[in-house]
Amino acid sequence: MDLLNVKSVDKSYGGVIANHDVSLTVPKGKIVGIIGPNGSGKTTLFNSIVGHHPIDSGEIHFNGKEISSLTIPKIARLGMLRTFQQTHIYDKMTCVQNMQISSDIDSNWKRIFNPFSKEVDEMADELLAFVGLYKKRFLLAGDLSFGQQKLLEFAMALMKKPTILLLDEPTAGVNPTLINGLIDRLRQVNEEKGITLLVIEHNMRVIMNLAEHIYCLANGTMLADGKPDEIQNDQRVIDAYLGN
Amino acid sequence: MITKDKQNTLIWLGLAISAIVPFLFPNHITLLTYIWVMIILALTWDMLGGQTGYTSFGNILFLGVGMYVSAVVQRDMFSSGLDRFERVSEIVVNLNASEYFISLAVGTLSGAIVAVLLAVILGSGILGMRGHYFAICTLGLGHAAAEIASGIDYIGAGSGMVTPLYPRELLIGKEAFYYYAFLLVAVATFFLFRKIYQSQFGLALNAIRDNENKAESMGIHTTQYKIAGWSISAFFLAIAGAGIGNVIGFIDPVEIAFSGPTFGVWMIIMAILGGKGTIWGPVLGAVILYSAKETFWTYLLGWDKVALGLLILIVVVYFPKGILGYFKDRKQLNNSILSQKGEG
Amino acid sequence: MITYIKILIDSPEFLAQLIINGLLVGAIFALIAYGLALIWGVMDIINFAQGEMVIFGGYITYTLFYQFGIHPILTIPIVAVLLFVFGLFIYKTVIYRLLGEKDIFITILATFGLAILMQQLMQAIFGPDIVTANPELGMQFLFDGALIISNIQLVSFIIAVFVAIVLFVVMKYSRLGQTIRATSQNPRAARILGINIDRVYANTFAINAALCGIGGSLVVMIWAIHPFIGLVYTFRSFFIVILAGLGNFMGIIFTGMGISAFENVTGFIIGAEFQAAVIFCLLVIILITRSIRARKKRQYIQ
Repeated sequence: MDLLNVKSVDKSYGGVIANHDVSLTVPKGKIVGIIGPNGSGKTTLFNSIVGHHPIDSGEIHFNGKEISSLTIPKIARLGMLRTFQQTHIYDKMTCVQNMQISSDIDSNWKRIFNPFSKEVDEMADELLAFVGLYKKRFLLAGDLSFGQQKLLEFAMALMKKPTILLLDEPTAGVNPTLINGLIDRLRQVNEEKGITLLVIEHNMRVIMNLAEHIYCLANGTMLADGKPDEIQNDQRVIDAYLGN
Repeated sequence: MITKDKQNTLIWLGLAISAIVPFLFPNHITLLTYIWVMIILALTWDMLGGQTGYTSFGNILFLGVGMYVSAVVQRDMFSSGLDRFERVSEIVVNLNASEYFISLAVGTLSGAIVAVLLAVILGSGILGMRGHYFAICTLGLGHAAAEIASGIDYIGAGSGMVTPLYPRELLIGKEAFYYYAFLLVAVATFFLFRKIYQSQFGLALNAIRDNENKAESMGIHTTQYKIAGWSISAFFLAIAGAGIGNVIGFIDPVEIAFSGPTFGVWMIIMAILGGKGTIWGPVLGAVILYSAKETFWTYLLGWDKVALGLLILIVVVYFPKGILGYFKDRKQLNNSILSQKGEG
Repeated sequence: MITYIKILIDSPEFLAQLIINGLLVGAIFALIAYGLALIWGVMDIINFAQGEMVIFGGYITYTLFYQFGIHPILTIPIVAVLLFVFGLFIYKTVIYRLLGEKDIFITILATFGLAILMQQLMQAIFGPDIVTANPELGMQFLFDGALIISNIQLVSFIIAVFVAIVLFVVMKYSRLGQTIRATSQNPRAARILGINIDRVYANTFAINAALCGIGGSLVVMIWAIHPFIGLVYTFRSFFIVILAGLGNFMGIIFTGMGISAFENVTGFIIGAEFQAAVIFCLLVIILITRSIRARKKRQYIQ
């Protein structure tokens, strides 16, 4: 079953065409990658999917539901979360607080004026340990390094138990020695928690290892898609990266 | 560092002293009452201004609305037969004790409800905006309300109206009654707000302050939280307003109810001076600023308001984190140094 | 209210009178609004003390007129220079320290504090009374007295247009204007190209102050001022700028004149005492409509 289905989406910013006739499908439970040279419209596509801006034409279906006119919080509450290329965290709050607030707070309005439950606290600690930030849990998130903030943001997204997670360059800025560990964790999240992943990535080694299916964007259009080894040997993809 | 238990002991000690203070300084009860008023104003401003970082310049609106609604209910509840042809600003209502307190309670509550409704309606429009536009939209709220109130004859228009006289020959005098009333409201506000800030709701407010885009992308309907926060503020602010109107005994749209240059500015500067975004900051700021204003500022002979303006500028430009924010930063710095040492 | 509308319908020449008066003085409001748009666009600062600067300019003209006997119109260049220096001073002492501030509300609070301080200072120095510096230039009777235009309104319109032209030329052709425009488009690129951003900001802020001062001089000649009336001018500037857009010079001029004419008519119908409330409520309504429309496009206005 297709969890996310993007059908011929167009998006332009005042004359600049960022996405033209872009389609992709993400099957449930899989890891799908998006690659493409800088400025090829990957992040724009992410923004269109999660509701950051309106799309000019096309359809976006999530779990069978048309979401291209919903607002960001509504889409997020359907179970689709994203992380940012530049980290977005609550920098004046501690890591634990960052995690707590990412739990599902307002599904039960009656409890909104209560402190966080034990389960939330335990889950926060567990997930912080999972990404290796347990020791730093009482530090202000703004004091973490860029790479650590990325890990925190990833853990925050897990806190919400999403159905699908859109990761915008999860390894960019992360210490190279930690990248392998991160790949393992992404895979673990996918296998054990059953979270579908859609990943934008520049690091070819990472994406080829991780994804089961890869889409390649260039100049705002979908250039090719296929299994990692097909993409790797696709002449059009190689040309796009070399700038032809 | 002060532990929670010690903090609570201190609070109870402070309250015990506050409870007997009117007996110690019987000539200064009204002045002491105003300290509690100021604490309420600063605390309610900080809900939006400090915890969510949305600086509102228009909270004075709710104070004035509470004041007027309450005064009208108090005036009309037990004396509907008033001759409407006399000048509204001169109507003085004499109520017996039970009438007085019943109408005061009903009036205060109605004022608070109207203020909350207003906060929800205005908030759903204004709080959807961010940054500059939000600030612009709140800047004129009080001023516009004052002009409109000046045009409504039913509430005395520009000349204002008189609140009912406090019934005579009661065990407790007017000044003492309002002292304890405000003490109660201020303490209730404090404890409730402290509970809110420690709750899930409070953390959501902070999340909006730190990164509203992130909060939205994590599924938090930020506007609803802001509206809820503003409404809670409006509720307590209106209660304070109802009380102030009765303490002064006279309401006028420009000088008292929607008085931007006094209450409107004070609540902001008190919260910032003490440290916005903290629970004790507004309390501290209110006590310091109001005591300072009442003690040595009178010696400034007419330049006291200039001093207030200068103080705002200095605090905002050179000391925007306030007294508690300053100490919090230092503590935070020590913490991070300690934890880095511990790790290394 | 209905009787007033009827008066306007019955005597169109009176309506024309209101509109023409509005258009003439609207040029002054446009100048003040342009100053606001300038610092908003270039420095991303909104100035809550805009109106107070206007009133300050008015008080200087008033003082020069009554204390030193200088003709009010001749005080305009003096006021412009004084306010320019005042702007530089405020920039150095207040604005400069807040430029790197991420929290935009801190800057807004600072200008708010400045507004309060200026109000109180002006009250302490000039007193709370209403003052005016009318140069008594007489009236023009047109169409057999059907249309009366006071000469001072005519003169101030001409002065405002003259200042606008000077401003336009300065912004378009002078080195200062070019650096200001470059900085507003991309401060980082401008800095790399060797433009002294700090000086550009200082000059921009000072130009705004000077424009406010000129506006204030004209205001005190036409109407009367007191220390706390600045807020009305602040609202009006915001209203004009928000309707016209930030970088739109001609738009601001025409919007300013249009709003002023509109205000004159509504002021006649529902009473001048609601002046600030009307402008402010309209401003809020426009912003809320825009906000709702933006919301439908998955956006918000900021």
